[in-house]
Amino acid sequence: MKTDARTVCELRDVTYVYPSGASGRAALSGVSLEVREGEWLALLGSNGSGKSTLARHLNALLIPTQGDCIVYGMSTRDPANVFAVRSAVSMVFQNPENQIVGTVVDEDAAFGPENQGLPPAEIESRVERALEAAGLLAKRAKPTYTLSGGEKQRLAVAGALAMDAPCLVLDEPTAMLDPRGRADLLAIMRALHDGGKTIVHITHRLEEILWCDRAVVLAGGRIEWEGGVEPLLRQDGALRKWGLDAPPLVALWRELGEETGLALPRIPTLEGMIDALCPLQ
Amino acid sequence: MSITVEALCHTYHPGTPLETRALDDVSLQCGRGEWLSIVGHTGSGKSTLAQHLNGILFPDSGTVSVDGMQVVEKSPNMRDIRRAVGLVFQYPEQQLFAEDVMEELSFAPTNWGVQSDRIAPLASAALSMVGLDDSYLARSPLNLSGGEKRKIAIASVLAGEPSYLVLDEPTAGLDSWSRRELTDLLARLKKEGTGIILVTHDLDIALNLSDSILMLDRGRSAAFGAPSEIMRYLVANSVPGLRLPDIAALSAAIGRSDPAAPLTWDRAELKRWIKARETGGRRP
Repeated sequence: MKTDARTVCELRDVTYVYPSGASGRAALSGVSLEVREGEWLALLGSNGSGKSTLARHLNALLIPTQGDCIVYGMSTRDPANVFAVRSAVSMVFQNPENQIVGTVVDEDAAFGPENQGLPPAEIESRVERALEAAGLLAKRAKPTYTLSGGEKQRLAVAGALAMDAPCLVLDEPTAMLDPRGRADLLAIMRALHDGGKTIVHITHRLEEILWCDRAVVLAGGRIEWEGGVEPLLRQDGALRKWGLDAPPLVALWRELGEETGLALPRIPTLEGMIDALCPLQ
Repeated sequence: MSITVEALCHTYHPGTPLETRALDDVSLQCGRGEWLSIVGHTGSGKSTLAQHLNGILFPDSGTVSVDGMQVVEKSPNMRDIRRAVGLVFQYPEQQLFAEDVMEELSFAPTNWGVQSDRIAPLASAALSMVGLDDSYLARSPLNLSGGEKRKIAIASVLAGEPSYLVLDEPTAGLDSWSRRELTDLLARLKKEGTGIILVTHDLDIALNLSDSILMLDRGRSAAFGAPSEIMRYLVANSVPGLRLPDIAALSAAIGRSDPAAPLTWDRAELKRWIKARETGGRRP
């Protein structure tokens, strides 16, 4: 069976049970999902909802217990496809400390393309582009231990970019960063999205999905909701039920929308709210 | 009865090429039943300061005292100081060590010489404070979820019944639900008379819940005062790595175009004002 050319990854009725799981409970139950080319998809859920388990299916780190995961038309179940799948879908994990393998910044970013067996000139140009995109070109010759947590996480992104995969899966990439590191990383993700990269962004912070194209909410290993960011943010009771608290600015935007006739932005970014609520000076 | 720090200085690796002045002339006070938040960018000295509060680190100059006891190396009171000040490190779940939760929770009270028949009730009470029931007592801490491990680590400090609780970024990596549960617990402990010292870069939590805030910038005290004073300071000065929470930033922006607007981090207050302006209560 051939999948639609516009589909990057597809989960078909995927159930996953961890082999060591003491409970025997499925971490994912009957999940079907399509990731479309060029989209920035937010995958939301509270701790333990199954979102990381889902993410690990997208580049064949986990193979469905039942159902199938198809990446660019290739089933992850066939070991012959794993190399191609991982070249198409790169992962960035939560903890920046666990993802650095090189002792110098550009060496670390070169790890992926070197493993892909590319010629040195190609590796060099890819590393340069990737470090540039991650805002680390000026630090290319620095030892990795001198980087801050936020810089290490950007280096992990650069490493993934250097693989030249069209799709990037980031699993709570900002969880261990301070507000500055978080803002820097989000800006990079926006630029990558503008440049046509397909991004799957796993998070439980609603303030991070304001620029996403689409959102999927997982709870208890099932997809509970799927749709645009704006309608998701307008939910209130449901968000809480899924363990997703609306950030204060989102709550203010929703309440003012319900209780006043003010013209408010479609998506409650800080800039948009300031524009809407400050009279012209 | 308070934790008092006066003119504290601390230098890492003195006399070597790596010498770094981590804290420079920092003072603070936090009484029992009060909540002090220590905020600042990564590397501002927050964690270094927290580790002075129960004698893990000692000042090069200046003083730290807990309920009148000086925190100095080889103090005869060190045991009482460490019993009074419970410290929850960053990512405390990495320090879980016991075979089951009961053993984990018994560790502190056993060390403090609590009679053995009182330990089980203490463990149970600490578990229920973090929202878990006794069914967890027999489980291995290693088989719990990340959020549950964090709770067990915090409960293991609470089981020692500290008078002050110092927490270093306890909400890092928690989802918003767990974050709310944790801040609710801290507010309850404060009400019951525990002193709370929270190290955080979440200004939203600091402004909404603290009695006072100490803001560190590169090891120095940039400001120390009530949340409203800190908010005014942050509107007037930019502090690297610290961002005003969105509601506060919105309120400050509206205030620049309309001086009658309140300077606030409170969503309900800002909403009331916007609605009043909208329905014709507009000031001249």
